[in-house]
Amino acid sequence: MTLQVRTPRRGASSGIRRGEGVAGWIFTAPVILILGVFLFIPVLMALWVSFSDWSGRGSPLSPSVGFVGLDNYAAVTTGGGLAERNFGIALRNNAWYVLLVVPLQTALALFLAVLVSRAILRGRGFFRTAFYFPSVTSSVAITVLWLFLFSTTGVINEVLSWVGIAGPNWFNEPEGIIHAALASVGITSGPEALTSSGFLGISWWEWLAGPSFAMSAFILMAIFTTSGTMMLLFIAALQNVGAELGEAAMMDGANGWQRFWRITLPQLRPTLFTVLTLGLIGCWQVFDQIYTGTQGGPGKTTLTPAFLSYQSAFNGQEWGQGSAIAFILFVIIIVFTIFQRWVLRERPVSKRRARQYQVKGQQP
Amino acid sequence: MTTTAIGETVVQEVSPAAPTRRRRWTPGVRTAQVLLYLTLIVLALIYIYPFLVQVATSFKTDAEATANPIALIPSVFSFAAYELLFTRSDFPLWFMNSAIVTVFVTLGRVFFVSLAGYALARLTFRGRGVIFALVVAVMAVPGVVLLIPKFLVLNQIGIYDSYMGMILPLLVDAAGVFIMKNFFESIPVSIEEQARIDGAGTFRVFWSVVLPMARPALITIIILSFQGSWNELSHFIVSTQSPELTTLTKGVASLASGQLSQGNQFPLKLAAAAIMTIPVAVMFFIFQKRIMNTTEGALKG
Repeated sequence: MTLQVRTPRRGASSGIRRGEGVAGWIFTAPVILILGVFLFIPVLMALWVSFSDWSGRGSPLSPSVGFVGLDNYAAVTTGGGLAERNFGIALRNNAWYVLLVVPLQTALALFLAVLVSRAILRGRGFFRTAFYFPSVTSSVAITVLWLFLFSTTGVINEVLSWVGIAGPNWFNEPEGIIHAALASVGITSGPEALTSSGFLGISWWEWLAGPSFAMSAFILMAIFTTSGTMMLLFIAALQNVGAELGEAAMMDGANGWQRFWRITLPQLRPTLFTVLTLGLIGCWQVFDQIYTGTQGGPGKTTLTPAFLSYQSAFNGQEWGQGSAIAFILFVIIIVFTIFQRWVLRERPVSKRRARQYQVKGQQP
Repeated sequence: MTTTAIGETVVQEVSPAAPTRRRRWTPGVRTAQVLLYLTLIVLALIYIYPFLVQVATSFKTDAEATANPIALIPSVFSFAAYELLFTRSDFPLWFMNSAIVTVFVTLGRVFFVSLAGYALARLTFRGRGVIFALVVAVMAVPGVVLLIPKFLVLNQIGIYDSYMGMILPLLVDAAGVFIMKNFFESIPVSIEEQARIDGAGTFRVFWSVVLPMARPALITIIILSFQGSWNELSHFIVSTQSPELTTLTKGVASLASGQLSQGNQFPLKLAAAAIMTIPVAVMFFIFQKRIMNTTEGALKG
């Protein structure tokens, strides 16, 4: 009852607010119970499994299951075997995916938002709907559609053939696009420095292969399906950007590009942060597309940590390693989110910058 | 580029000294306008065309789908794909399973999430702050990381491979609690106090006074949970294994990898994907205005 003393409201035990304490707990009980049982306890249980040698039989909490310390984590990061190599490949694939999807989807979403938030635009509703619609459809349905569009005889290759390009066999071509580009100018093997050493069981040369054609198709799909949602976030933010500053800058002779870059964009900073964070979190969780589309193939080039975690546990019965991968993924996502928050934090204006805006002769 | 041109016309109009130059700018503005609409139309085509191709291809024969993937009108309309889906596959069963799960999840979520949202917004009780902090923390846990853990718990408590296991974990959604809490905080307290003075209990106040006022927020929750549970895949993969419990997402995913069909059979797969899209598309077009606005509202709050 200490809480009631501090609140300026009437005491809960008397008057019209009696019984609130009990009601509060009853009202929130279903949420607490379900989140606890299906979120909190599972995480603890999986954390235990990632430190154990549980083989998938019986309960992971039974006494016959042994504690193996960091063995599972070591197997996928320094083990030197297939598990490490698979994890390295999955990380490489996903890193390219993140590197290409996050900036492109953000830029496209912002571009679309700027285009459709003009007050004078005719058919605004239609364009917004068109751009947003892919976001509401299921990833499974979109993946099926994508497999068709990018099939050897599909729409994309048909369009490419109009301009005389023989399209690749998108979902069966294990070569990375950077390697493919280098091969087209005659470079088919990397320099000694890149091939002799590496990280997580794959050489630097392989890290630099770029996304495979199959992964590139998934990258385009991610941009296609998420730009609409993010566009909505930017539209909302653009509506809150006041016109006064822009008008003032216009009087000072700033052109459209300068006004956008110096005035609108800085005001979109919080939204930009939201969009980039959502993008990063989403991009490290690629699963549905891979499960539906390629199951990691061709040549493991669409293997992602999320799918590898699932595959190791459910197909390979390596529950400890699967859980370890899931937790490493968890840490990666958190680290990236924190890093981003730090990069995009509100900084005080630097002294040098501030001096530019000082009126001459006035002391700061 | 277009911004520049439009912006500078305004400047021109403000300055009365340059009537000749203003005329010189007009074609530029027109070009900019044409370019803007051209860009938008091309982009819209890129976004819409795949769905048109999807529907068109589902009415083509296998041979035509391969030979002429781009055409929007099949040379011969073939209903073979739909016939196969509805009469000789488990597709109707998958559809029913998805419908069952979606209905229960949506109903349950609306109720539980608004209950909790109301308590966190309006009821003063010990531990409220802690509960809210936990709900917010839970939102940050990436779903894919939970695949193995969820299977472990479902298995442990004995509801693996049952409707219960499919529905129960989806019944609650932290983001939903957050949305409802924000909404309830925007309703004036005086309305509830009136009802309380008239002798209504806490649940009564919630159910007959506050909840009916929360329609816009409830619709948001309905849309989100409908979409979320209809499109959910990974949870069903780890919570079920029997064919009788296959949902549309799981079933169509197995179709895509060619477990039911031989060869490419694109019309069949695209027909399945198209039907799967219809309920969310219908939902989307009914609530379109609201969907566009709620996202804006959610961000402003």
